[in-house]
Amino acid sequence: MSQFKDRVALPPVDAKKTNLTCQFCIVGCGYHVYTWDADREGGRAPNQNALGLDFRKQLPPFSTIMTPAMTNVLTDKNGKRKSIMIVPDKECVVNQGQSSTRGGKMASYFYTADGLTRERLLHPRVYQGGEWLDTSWDYALQIYGGMVKKILDKEGPDAIAVAMFDHGGSGGGFENTWGTGKLVFSAIQTPTCRIHNRPAYNSECFGNRDMGIFELNNSYEDAELADVIWANGNNPYENQTNYFLVHWLPNLQGATVDKKKKMFPDEPVAAGKFIFVDPRRTPSISISESIAKGQVLHLAINPGADGALWNGMLTYIVDQGWIDKDFIAQHTEGFEQAVKTNRMSLDECSRITGLPVAQIKQAAEWSYKPKAPGKLPRVMHAFEKGIIWGNNNYVTEQAMGAVVVATHNVGRRGTGWVRMGGHQEGYCRPGYPEPKSRYPAANFPIPMHDKLIEVDDYLINGKGKMMTYWACNSFQTTNNAQALREAVIRRSQIVRQAMAKAWGASPKEMVDVIYAATQKGGLFVGMMNIYPTMLAEAAHVMFPAAVSGEMNLTSMNGERRMRLTEKFIEPPGEALPDCLIAARIANTVKVMYEQEGNAKMAKRFEGFEWATEEDAFNDGFRRAGQPGAGEIDSQGGDTGHLVTYDLLRKAGNNGVQLPVKSVDGDKMIGTDMLYTDGKFGTKSGKAKVFPAKWVGMLKPAAEQKAKFKFYVNNGRLNEVWQSWFNNQYDKFITDRYPVAIIQMNPQDMAGLGIKATDVVEVFNDNGATTAMAYPEATLKPGSTFMVFGAPKGVQGSVTSTATDAHFLPYYKGSWANIRRIGSMPDWQRTVSTKSRLYEG
Amino acid sequence: MTEKVSRRIFLKVAGTSVAGVGAAVTPVGHAMAAGSDQAAIQAAAGMAVLPYPKTSIGKAKTMQVNSPVSFNYPDADSPCVAIKMGQPVAGGVGPDGDIVAYSNLCTHMGCPLMYDPKTRRFKCPCHYSMFDPEKSGQMICGQATEDLPQIQLSYDAASDTIHAVAVTGLIYGRQANVL
Repeated sequence: MSQFKDRVALPPVDAKKTNLTCQFCIVGCGYHVYTWDADREGGRAPNQNALGLDFRKQLPPFSTIMTPAMTNVLTDKNGKRKSIMIVPDKECVVNQGQSSTRGGKMASYFYTADGLTRERLLHPRVYQGGEWLDTSWDYALQIYGGMVKKILDKEGPDAIAVAMFDHGGSGGGFENTWGTGKLVFSAIQTPTCRIHNRPAYNSECFGNRDMGIFELNNSYEDAELADVIWANGNNPYENQTNYFLVHWLPNLQGATVDKKKKMFPDEPVAAGKFIFVDPRRTPSISISESIAKGQVLHLAINPGADGALWNGMLTYIVDQGWIDKDFIAQHTEGFEQAVKTNRMSLDECSRITGLPVAQIKQAAEWSYKPKAPGKLPRVMHAFEKGIIWGNNNYVTEQAMGAVVVATHNVGRRGTGWVRMGGHQEGYCRPGYPEPKSRYPAANFPIPMHDKLIEVDDYLINGKGKMMTYWACNSFQTTNNAQALREAVIRRSQIVRQAMAKAWGASPKEMVDVIYAATQKGGLFVGMMNIYPTMLAEAAHVMFPAAVSGEMNLTSMNGERRMRLTEKFIEPPGEALPDCLIAARIANTVKVMYEQEGNAKMAKRFEGFEWATEEDAFNDGFRRAGQPGAGEIDSQGGDTGHLVTYDLLRKAGNNGVQLPVKSVDGDKMIGTDMLYTDGKFGTKSGKAKVFPAKWVGMLKPAAEQKAKFKFYVNNGRLNEVWQSWFNNQYDKFITDRYPVAIIQMNPQDMAGLGIKATDVVEVFNDNGATTAMAYPEATLKPGSTFMVFGAPKGVQGSVTSTATDAHFLPYYKGSWANIRRIGSMPDWQRTVSTKSRLYEG
Repeated sequence: MTEKVSRRIFLKVAGTSVAGVGAAVTPVGHAMAAGSDQAAIQAAAGMAVLPYPKTSIGKAKTMQVNSPVSFNYPDADSPCVAIKMGQPVAGGVGPDGDIVAYSNLCTHMGCPLMYDPKTRRFKCPCHYSMFDPEKSGQMICGQATEDLPQIQLSYDAASDTIHAVAVTGLIYGRQANVL
């Protein structure tokens, strides 16, 4: 950005204009990037600047979004300075010219040697003798690849543990999930894998998927058409901002009634209603109530009780007859059994959830009472981390799913049973090589998904020889984070000490030294990232990665809308797209095996002759379902081969909604809603309804709850993205949140002598962390909310080890004690602690 | 939120009178002859800062605590608000060091902000951004990517007059603060 904060350089009319989908959240707002030589600038008259706006006078509101944060000056590989401006695309149907505070900052987060991003990794690094040292690609590959080969040769793949992303956008994308997946699953073939945000290679949505329902089954437009939207454990203003602002709110405001009338002429329609299920009052609830209080219902549920809510709801609507009997008969199986098993009276439901019976009834009436004879309301059931990281993920999802299918609220316009999403999506990988058995073993039967490895436990228990963190950071984001960090750092030290003594060692000798150390309990740690991160405390080798825009990158958003972000600048230094890092590793190991004459193993590491990320895209996404391709799990499905970079470029920021049905000339025809034909993703084609009996709270969480005083609810803050990997260097963020904040009820604070901006300790039997106290008057006494994943104040240190049967952690189930540490006069002067709720 | 917010809604939510919002605006500087353009260029030659004017806001003793006062700065098309906070705050001037001033246009998409005296926050009805006048316009929660531009003030004790003299941060809808 400019050194001056009170002016910007306008893009000249001939500035290069490329398409970009935001690299951050699931919504994937469309943007344009203007790139031009930094020694030129556009003029104020509309025919003198690429925005076509008249800056000779004050612009009216909504003309554009353009701030210094949306500009930057980058340096290309020829040393030439390039100005950039990244502004929202008014023609993109997703965001319609809007930007959130996160996407709006994208320009600031591209690499400059003296800017916010100066800590970007430019070269591979190796940790040697107490120092982090830049090194050559070749050396780093010889060490990393050498370790992969040595472990495979000596003991097989299981001891090679990996944590990797499975999403789109930054640190993801179809090219990159394919490149890493092909390396880790097809070549290395290790089952010891976890995902960026959960400790095993599972799905956040086994619950709905086993029912035959993929969790992104509608379009964003359906939020405009619904009679009722449920937000289960979901705070959309902060986490799917422009989906909420552009598509949900107009429904609440009554602005979409005409559209509803046109699409549904044979039924009554009106302004929409929202039902929020959340233990706390969120900004989303406050904003919605400020617009239409009578149309918003907040079910302030007891933590972890969602499964009971949906069982009570199912029982009530079956008893009322507010179900679609024809649909159930023709398109579902197992419903009757589920009704029996899930049966729960409203009184019992009220007791467990803490919700008054009258409220539960009101929610049911709004949502499921026919609005006319034979016309059930169109209800969109949205859910996110309150359910996914909630108490007993699998069972809760299926408890909700029973109600969804009973009321035909999937596969009809204006409905959808949808997760709201965190990152964008972008999954394309060979099949996951399951382990022979679950680790740790279970002492109860698990009907499905029982071949998984809890990788954090695996490492904590001393197993594994090598761990890779690929574009993720478990130190800040896993459950039981303190225990994980302690184990990995301790085991890493054994390797570091051995390496420190290996003076003048050749790569091969160094690999032998490292391997010998892993025989003594050591753990060799590699990482691929754009920054060193907290993992620098434990890693031995770092590989520098590229972000979206420094590479061409494809992802899909929460309505399956696939877009190509066009590359507009080279990656910094010697950073590479993740798929090409994977290719280099594979090719390194292949050559090692070839040199030994081991043709069999060399062949396993074949197939990575990629020069560009497009080669990786063509190898994975476009081969799924093709003859001879082998098992490829791709969100593009069997018609992925119809998609090309060329067609995506032409489709611009509106892209195409997967799966692609056909191609008509230059236009890909996509799919706006799934299951419109009533055929679900099961063998029989019928949605399978599972018994989802309420069994209470997961034991480790219940134990924490009984022992410690404060509920430490946790989640995102609107202004911060993920593990703060960019934000931690950005004054705009660090002035606002110098460290993690914990919101507390003011009476609770007074009782502990805590003032706003004091630093407090949050602690229990799992660990301890600190945070800045931030009063929030609407929090129930004994309830708090702490931001997750922060580099300064890791909330995960106090989450319990509670997971459901498939290792989905109950992150939201966290209880701890709190004590005051002391005051921070600097923060008292500079940090606002006024309410984040629009209307308290 | 629909993209087109009517002028009537703007004026209703703005609370204070706002000049020129949504209506056709005559370009600033229309009254300046070519000769005075040259004079402005000459005056700015060798300066690293924009040629901000010095504009009187009024007398400090007329300001009441927590009661916003509208003014325009650096020109008629940029609505601003000055508030006496009641305790010393960053950037505050006046005998009590508590008078601050800000652009009244949200840095997200330019909607006029409302001041909520009960919670002492600027609030935007368009996409719900909020800013704290007691912390240099820090965005409390919202969709803007910049804090609210703070008007730099000077205070002359002899005449008890407050002047606006510069702006930190870019006013919405402008390439540079001075048109």
